[in-house]
Amino acid sequence: MDVQIALMLAQDGLTNGAIYALLALALVLVFAVTRVIFIPQGEFVAYGALTLAMLQGGSMPATAWLLAGMGALVALIDGATALRNGQTQKLAGVLGWNVGYPLGLVALLTLLPVKDLPLVAQVVLALAVVVPMGPLLYRLVFQPIASAPILILLIVSVAVHVAMVGLGLLFFGAEGQRTPAFSDANFEIGPLMVSGQTVWVVMASVVLILALYQFFERTLYGKALRATAINRNGARLMGISPALAGKLTFFVAALIGALSGVLIAPITTIYYDTGFLIGLKGFVAAIIGGLASYPLAAVGAVLVGLLESFSSFWASAFKEVIVFTLIIPVLLWRSLTTRHVEEEE
Amino acid sequence: MNEVKNPVLQIDKLCVSYGKVEALSNASITVGEGQIVTVIGPNGAGKTTMLSAIMGVLGSAGRVSFDGTIEAVPEVERMVARGMNLVPEKRELFGEMSIEDNLELGAFQRYRMGHRDQARTMNEVFELFPRLKERRTQLAGTLSGGERQMLAVGRALMAKPRLLMLDEPSLGLAPLIVREIFRIVAELRRRGVSILLVEQNARAALQVADYAYVLETGQIAMQGPAHALADDPRVIEAYLGLGGKHQAMLST
Ligand SMILES: Nc1ncnc2c1ncn2[C@@H]1O[C@H](COP(=O)(O)OP(=O)(O)OP(=O)(O)O)[C@@H](O)[C@H]1O
Ligand SMILES: [Mg+2]
Repeated sequence: MDVQIALMLAQDGLTNGAIYALLALALVLVFAVTRVIFIPQGEFVAYGALTLAMLQGGSMPATAWLLAGMGALVALIDGATALRNGQTQKLAGVLGWNVGYPLGLVALLTLLPVKDLPLVAQVVLALAVVVPMGPLLYRLVFQPIASAPILILLIVSVAVHVAMVGLGLLFFGAEGQRTPAFSDANFEIGPLMVSGQTVWVVMASVVLILALYQFFERTLYGKALRATAINRNGARLMGISPALAGKLTFFVAALIGALSGVLIAPITTIYYDTGFLIGLKGFVAAIIGGLASYPLAAVGAVLVGLLESFSSFWASAFKEVIVFTLIIPVLLWRSLTTRHVEEEE
Repeated sequence: MNEVKNPVLQIDKLCVSYGKVEALSNASITVGEGQIVTVIGPNGAGKTTMLSAIMGVLGSAGRVSFDGTIEAVPEVERMVARGMNLVPEKRELFGEMSIEDNLELGAFQRYRMGHRDQARTMNEVFELFPRLKERRTQLAGTLSGGERQMLAVGRALMAKPRLLMLDEPSLGLAPLIVREIFRIVAELRRRGVSILLVEQNARAALQVADYAYVLETGQIAMQGPAHALADDPRVIEAYLGLGGKHQAMLST
């Protein structure tokens, strides 16, 4: 292996690592706030990428109908609750967000010449379809069991993952998709050829991570999420409802997932079930951070990305094996160095 | 009966049980506008349970009417939005966040409802607790016991509550700080906040309060104007002890 190949592999590793870092952050966040190990994180990656591909192909993405269906369900449940409690003034908001928004979006997708819009607009539309599914998913599935033990939450999380992969096959078919790159530019740095998309991915990850940092450090809603993660009871007494925190967290996680999908769709071919493996690598990174530390998780993500790209060069058949085996020494080391923490009540 | 013109809080036949064990049975109390009402009683009487049920942290049977609206089962977020605030026995601070962030979060519900006067409220809290101002960037988890208490009260005040419920605000504090806390409780009433105060320090509580209830094994055993209860021989024997005059002096 010469320097040039090594640099190329490092570039690949960094690109993937940046995506894993984003996903790892989302996983840590979701776990800290809601105690859910968010297995379906990867499905948001696939949904984001494939929804964009369908928009570019000129067809109405089936995910838009899924959004409308989920919205209708939530409207039914929340609407009935509001009526029963006599809070009729809430009704307009419930209907508007859960029924009005999806239908409006479907109308927009039908009326606009989506196929010929600039890429940025297509990306925004794809995100507008996929991201709201995050909070809706929380409302429908996790909010009713919010105080269940971690194990139950994990089982439900796996079930959601399986359901979403199945729906993915139904919506997008078994064909893989690759979307056009954000930019065709190539940069030569010394012996290294850097593609425009790589720059996009790394820059977008860095910007997103910095934006998340600002969100959690500077805004009251970000602080409210941190507060919920630190002390759920205390947060409730401040009027930060677990339901609100959960929905907000799932919104952020879905945004990160879908955006990651849109970013890597030009680099790798995405199938309906690709998301799981990508999410799993983010998960390995999150585990390296102990599901608690954001910086450690980000470092772990880059490590996973590099390990993956170098092992695909030396032993491509064992690439995944090597990456997932990494988790064993890490877990061993963690279990030896950290004291055991009982599950909180 | 606590006869008041404008009741802020009225609970009627409130019952709470943990599994089969009934920890609070048929408790009825009233807090009037601008009143300090105290609930005293031995350990395990159900005082904390009562406050949690009023706030909606615990499920309950009975009726809670706050500010004229009846809540069959109170819900924490709505109670906070309507101006009720609880300083819990365990304080529940956000340990890995600074004093300032803790205070800011105290006003979360107000911020959500569109009020943007947090900076001014925070200054008022700093006036009451200058110590918090000195240490505004320190993490809450590293504060001393007394400072934590101050932060918990200050955080509740950030919500500008109409009714403030304090669960043993003097717990584990040095006598001088206890006096300071009770001074602040009286000061809060002067500013129009109604207060429901749960205390082990019965002497100090009866001195500052307008009306008092004695809770024993989940039931209201006695009630009356605070000064009358303070002279009641049964209360003196069970809660005040004999000859403990220095405590009373400390609490003035
Ligand atoms: N989660 C719970 N499960 C079962 N029993 C409980 C629970 N919480 C409290 N209890 C019981 O209910 C009774 C009342 O408890 P509570 O905390 O309300 O007492 P308290 O008056 O606040 O006492 P203290 O002065 O010691 O704080 C106690 O016997 C306690 O053991
Ligand atoms: Mg108690």
